[in-house]
Formats: sequence, C-alpha cells, structure tokens
Amino acid sequence: MAGANNSQDLLRAPLTIEFGFSRTTGPVIGAFLTGLVEQRVLGIKDSTGRIVCPPVEYDSVTGEPITEMVEVGTEGIITSWSWVNTPREGQPVQDPHALALIRLDGADTAMMHVVAADSDEEVATGARVRIRWSAERTGQITDIECFELVEE
Amino acid sequence: MTEVAIVSFAQTDHQRARPEVNEVEMVQPVIHQALEDVGATISDIDFTCSGSSDYLAGQAFSFVMTLDAVGAWPPIAESHVEMDGAWALYEAWLKIQAGHADTALVYGYSKASPGDLPRVLSRGLDPYYQGPLWPDSVAVAGLQARQMLDSAMITEAEMTEIAFRNRESAENNPHAQLRGSAPVEELLAQDYLCNPLRKHDCAPITDGGCAIVLAAGDKARDWVDRPAWLRGIDHRIDSHNFGGRDLTVAPSIAIAAESAGVSPGLDVAEVHAPFSHQEKIVTTGLGLSDSVEVNPSGGALAANPMMAAGLVRLGEVAKRIMSEEIDRGVAHATGGQLLQQNLVAVLEGE
Repeated sequence: MAGANNSQDLLRAPLTIEFGFSRTTGPVIGAFLTGLVEQRVLGIKDSTGRIVCPPVEYDSVTGEPITEMVEVGTEGIITSWSWVNTPREGQPVQDPHALALIRLDGADTAMMHVVAADSDEEVATGARVRIRWSAERTGQITDIECFELVEE
Repeated sequence: MTEVAIVSFAQTDHQRARPEVNEVEMVQPVIHQALEDVGATISDIDFTCSGSSDYLAGQAFSFVMTLDAVGAWPPIAESHVEMDGAWALYEAWLKIQAGHADTALVYGYSKASPGDLPRVLSRGLDPYYQGPLWPDSVAVAGLQARQMLDSAMITEAEMTEIAFRNRESAENNPHAQLRGSAPVEELLAQDYLCNPLRKHDCAPITDGGCAIVLAAGDKARDWVDRPAWLRGIDHRIDSHNFGGRDLTVAPSIAIAAESAGVSPGLDVAEVHAPFSHQEKIVTTGLGLSDSVEVNPSGGALAANPMMAAGLVRLGEVAKRIMSEEIDRGVAHATGGQLLQQNLVAVLEGE
C-alpha cells in the first residue's frame, strides 16, 4: 500500500495499560510496611545471623521461613548508586537524583531507594544518608519519601 | 536423552521502531522463513512455543493474536512463556525429551517502541519494595556497574571497549540495528546518560523478533546437512533481592554453565548482555578463555529485541555451526534485570 511505510500517515491513539489488583502483604512484609507508618524500620534475622532489610520471608540459603524481626536504624550508608538525570513519572523525587542501594545501621543488606542531591558530584559510595519521611504514611515503601545526605 | 538440534533460524532486520506493522505482521515473515528454509510447513511441526510480553504489547494474552502469524488451523499444540524466547526453546526441548514431539517451532518477539521501555521494565521488579519507586532499568543497571567499578572489576574504559567491539562486530551482521562505532576515546569523552553509564554502554531499544526450528535425531539430519546439536542446556536464577547479594557476580550463570557442559574447546560465545559491564559478568561466569570469540553478531548491544535477544544468541551460534564456520559454541540468554535469570546452551556440529 503506497505510503504505508510513512509513519506520519499512521493513525495513533493513547493506550493506558493497567493490571489492577491488591495484595495481602503477610506477616513479614506487612510488618515492615506497618512499621514505616510509625517511622520505624524493621529487618529480619536469617539463618546465618545476618539482618536482612527490607525483610524477606524465606532464608536465602536454606529456603526455610524466617520470623525474627529486628528494628534497624533510620540512617545508613550508600553501597551503590546511579544518577537519574531525567526523572520519570511515579519516581519519588521529580528532580534529578540518585537511585541507590542503602545499608541501614544495624542491617547487613541494602535497600533500594532514592537519594535527593543537587548533583552527582555530591553522591558517593560510602556516603552517609538518613531517611526523609513522607508527611502522610500509608504503609508503603514510598512512606520513605527519599534519603538525604548527612553532613559529616 | 533424545538428540535435539536447531535446524533453522531466521530473524528480523532489527530496528528502533516499526510503526507501520503490528507484532503479528512483524514476526510472520520470520516464522515462515524459518519453516521454508527447511522445506517445512506448520503441519510438519509437533509443538509450537513462543516468548513475548503483555506489558510490551499493551494487551492481555497478546501471544494468542500472534498465533495468526503461525496459522493455527487445523489446531496445533502450542504454549507460551512470558519470557525471552530462549525459555520457550527450553520448554520445546523438554517437550521433545518427554517424547511428546519430534519437531518444534520456537519464536520470540516484541515491539518496545510504543512505550517507555526503561519505565515498563520497572514492572518486573519486586512489587512491594522496588516497583512503587518506578526505578528505570538504566539506573538499575547503573547500580551494578557502580559496584563493579568500585571493586575494580572493570573500568569505564573497559566498558567502552566492550561496547565498541560489539558494535564493530555488528558491521558484519546485516540484521543488526547499530553497526559500527565511534572510536573508544570519542565515546569516553561523552557525558553520562546515567552516571556511571554512558549511552554506548546501553543496548538500543529495538522492535524485532526471531524464529527457530528444532528437530530430534534423524528428522534433524533429514532437514539439514549439518544440524546444530544442543549438547546441553540449563537455566538458573539468582535472588531478586538486589540489595541482598553481590551484584558483581551471577552465580546462576556458573551453575547453568556447568550443567550445560561448558568446557574448553569453544569457538564462539554469543552472550546476552544488554549493558556493557554485564558482558564481563557473563563471560566470567561461563569461564571462557581468551581464545573464544565473543559476540561475532554484535550481541544485544547491537540489537536488543526484548523477548527475542536471548533466542537470537542461540540462533547465531547454530547458524555458524550449520554453515560449517565453527564446530562448537555456547549461547547465553538472560531474563529480568541485572542478569537475574540465565540460560546457557552448548551447541555442536556432528
């Protein structure tokens, strides 16, 4: 068909795709998310004694259920990061920011979240950060609005 | 074990966007080329399996529509995986091992162009701890590259050299999307796309697909002079808890490689590494020696059709065996982000 390869001739329409459903978060993830409402962060002790935060329901080595929840700190250090120049819809910080892995004080594993900073030159592996809480907390990971750098 | 071989492979000319065709129209010529190349029709195929993604198609059960490209009347035995087509090939291989089929058609495809791919891929992450943050896939990959850089496992120059080599190799691949590269020094001088990643470290966004025909034993020998025998195949997975493991290694690759029978004496490796630093993790996990040529096709850095780029790796190795260019090679496919899931296959001529 003549002109069929000319993309300017193509009809276009927006499409919003959504698979909406709700989940029951259970005794481990649910406890963590409930803790966030109260500005508390919980981890969980695994079979090797490591504190995993955010907590997981099953031991990563043995596969057995784990249940011993432990409170960890609200400050920690960046264990890895990348710089988001162009924030996308839905991301917690709408200015350029860092996506980061953050190991909270008292935890042995890291949490993925974002770090607010003015430029990538301010961010470094090992840098100290603290939680900035959302004003309205509803039991979601976004109850942590973001992390901010701690001046030392 | 039943001997199973790849006897045919066809792929699209991978492009940034194919707005003039839908997914069915895009993949149909490739499916039929793969069949025609061995003189087969769909009635010669015992089992059909595809890999695709509803999240990319924007439609539930989108793979059902694509069966129109196969021709599903009279009724055919078929299945689908919401994964790269390499995993569809694994299912077809199992079907043959179970004695339920002697021949199989496998294909994978997607059009990533209509949506914002880095955002769409965030829907594959942990839905409680990560998904609500909508982390884009380039930034997630940057976390892994940073850990490798911090632990001196790679340098930004080495990452750039990997990208350069793949795209230069793609000069010889008429199906590749990105063929040729600016010099390493010029690439390294560019700004970050997402510190520590530059644009050249990332696979392109691609619309495309591919198809493979499998056959068992003498059926394979009937169809082609030199089948590419699947000597071993396995797939394994690492934790989705990215903050809980060392991102600089993918233990699942080494386990799959051992199980698939990766050993010295390989001519070629085709590895599915959508980011430059990931190629080093894969080749290390596979335990490849320096004598093995990696990604003569240009790999995923030269064309990255989602849900097909892993199956293309198997096809690229098989093609070289069938044409007697090489005797033995290894193919690797990955799924999810940060090399979370990995499939390894060893292919060999008679």
